[in-house]
Amino acid sequence: MLRSELIDKLHDDNPHLNRKEMERVVAVVFESITQTLEKGARVELRGFGTFSTRKRDARIGRNPRTGASVNVPEKHVPFFRAGKDLKLRVDASKG
Amino acid sequence: MSDGTITRADLAESLYKEIGLSRLESADMIESIINYISEALLRGETVKLAGFGTFSLRDKNERIGRNPKTGVVVPITSRRVIIFKPSQVLRERVDSALSPK
Repeated sequence: MLRSELIDKLHDDNPHLNRKEMERVVAVVFESITQTLEKGARVELRGFGTFSTRKRDARIGRNPRTGASVNVPEKHVPFFRAGKDLKLRVDASKG
Repeated sequence: MSDGTITRADLAESLYKEIGLSRLESADMIESIINYISEALLRGETVKLAGFGTFSLRDKNERIGRNPKTGVVVPITSRRVIIFKPSQVLRERVDSALSPK
């Protein structure tokens, strides 16, 4: 499923809103999640999962081709952990 | 960091404020978005949200696990798990907001 297909489904359910407005709805939701992560905070969606960020410590990396060592600075990465309910249901859905 | 954790209610609030949907409609919309994503994953589909990230499924084989404390061998059954890969845009925004320059 693509973002555009999600918008189509929501639009079918809510014909009183035009498609442009539905695009904004989806944009606002994911922008809110992004801004929360930018603050270093979490988004907890019970039954679905939790978005958070994780710190990756600085390390000395190596260029695999030349073997030269490079400093890889500290990084923060977005992280998603599926909630218990979704996790169990997805596992049960495997053929 | 658990300060400032937000939930469905806060996402609904942002729709109420920024789009002007009613509070009830905002809450329903958040629920629908979560349900459509979950349903797609339950059908075995990958969910690609441009600018945000991709949810996909991975089937893991059965393997032998070990209780790290007791050393007792326990089988870990095959299972299907959800993987989230953040988009390049999301990665960059999070990293530039949180990592020291």
